[in-house]
Amino acid sequence: MIQRLLYCLVLLLAFLAPPAAAEVPKPAVAIANPGQCVAPADVMRRSHMDMLKHQRDRTLRQGERGAKYSLNACIECHASKDSGSVLGGKENFCEGCHSYVAIKLDCFECHQPKAMKTAGARP
Amino acid sequence: MSKRGSDTGMSVGAGPDSGRRAFLGTGVGIAAATGVLAIAPGIGLIEIAQARPAGELASSKVRWGLLIDSRRCKSECQACAKACAKENAVEPGSGRPSQNSQWLRKIDLKDKVTGREVSLPMMCQHCAKPPCVDVCPTGASMQRADGIVLVDRHICIGCRYCIMACPYQARSFVHEPLHAQNPEVPRGQGCVEGCTLCVHRVDKGQQPACVQACQDSGGGAMLFGDLNDPTSDIALRIASVASSQVRADLRLNPAVRYQGI
Repeated sequence: MIQRLLYCLVLLLAFLAPPAAAEVPKPAVAIANPGQCVAPADVMRRSHMDMLKHQRDRTLRQGERGAKYSLNACIECHASKDSGSVLGGKENFCEGCHSYVAIKLDCFECHQPKAMKTAGARP
Repeated sequence: MSKRGSDTGMSVGAGPDSGRRAFLGTGVGIAAATGVLAIAPGIGLIEIAQARPAGELASSKVRWGLLIDSRRCKSECQACAKACAKENAVEPGSGRPSQNSQWLRKIDLKDKVTGREVSLPMMCQHCAKPPCVDVCPTGASMQRADGIVLVDRHICIGCRYCIMACPYQARSFVHEPLHAQNPEVPRGQGCVEGCTLCVHRVDKGQQPACVQACQDSGGGAMLFGDLNDPTSDIALRIASVASSQVRADLRLNPAVRYQGI
């Protein structure tokens, strides 16, 4: 009985006090053009995928251009200073956060992750 | 006139005369609708498409189309195909040429009886009644209000029914991952794609890349504009000269018309 109690206690302690080194560091991103985003950061964190999903249909299917929300506009501001991309590593805006929260990022299977200038956009 | 090295491809069921009649009928209709020609000659000769203001949606008042003069198109000239590939970053894949995407191709035609040869660019014909849209099981293959036929890659499952349905062989499937896309032309593995009539340029008030390249190279065989606007260059031209639609017998009413075929 005592043995079993001790065993439980050890297990409990193991859960209560995880080693600090196991924590994943928060993403630290360095972006090219910091400034005013289209919405406050907390709104963006929670709703950016909804904004993009609604806008993508309006843009592609109905031909709306120059709208408030746009993936290319995200990339223009948030691309990394060094690589000009939102992908590539933990310091890159999209990949940094998405790898931290372990959510698969599908946008860039088709979309260009680099800012217009870096990607050599046509005028 | 037949495609060199392949069959003539007449439709089954529709008699050879029905396409001709439909075409003649269309011609008469256009002639009746454009009495404007005499009222306002010369207007719209330097037609430049206007960029749509931000937030405004594509309108069904407009129907974008192309008129291609095959008599001015040279067999050896690939300017349009090259410009298309560059603009849309359609690059050859790794070592399987039959799987390469092809948005616009140059084809040579030869009349077997007379020996007359013509060359022309072939791409998505942006049909008014597109069969690719009919067969798409997810609604990914779609037509915009202004007549441009597109693939919504967000919901394309890559089943390739549209490739089978298209009588112009205008669609391709992307077999390999892509990395060098134009930021304004997203495209990727597992989706079907085809000519977008450079929708990203058209929305900015520019001409499609192929048309621009044809003009720049001195060919001047391609004319882009609004088929619905009776004062536009293209509408005036199709109202005054003989032009035809490829496989008009299918009655899909393509927005791409050809002269001299």
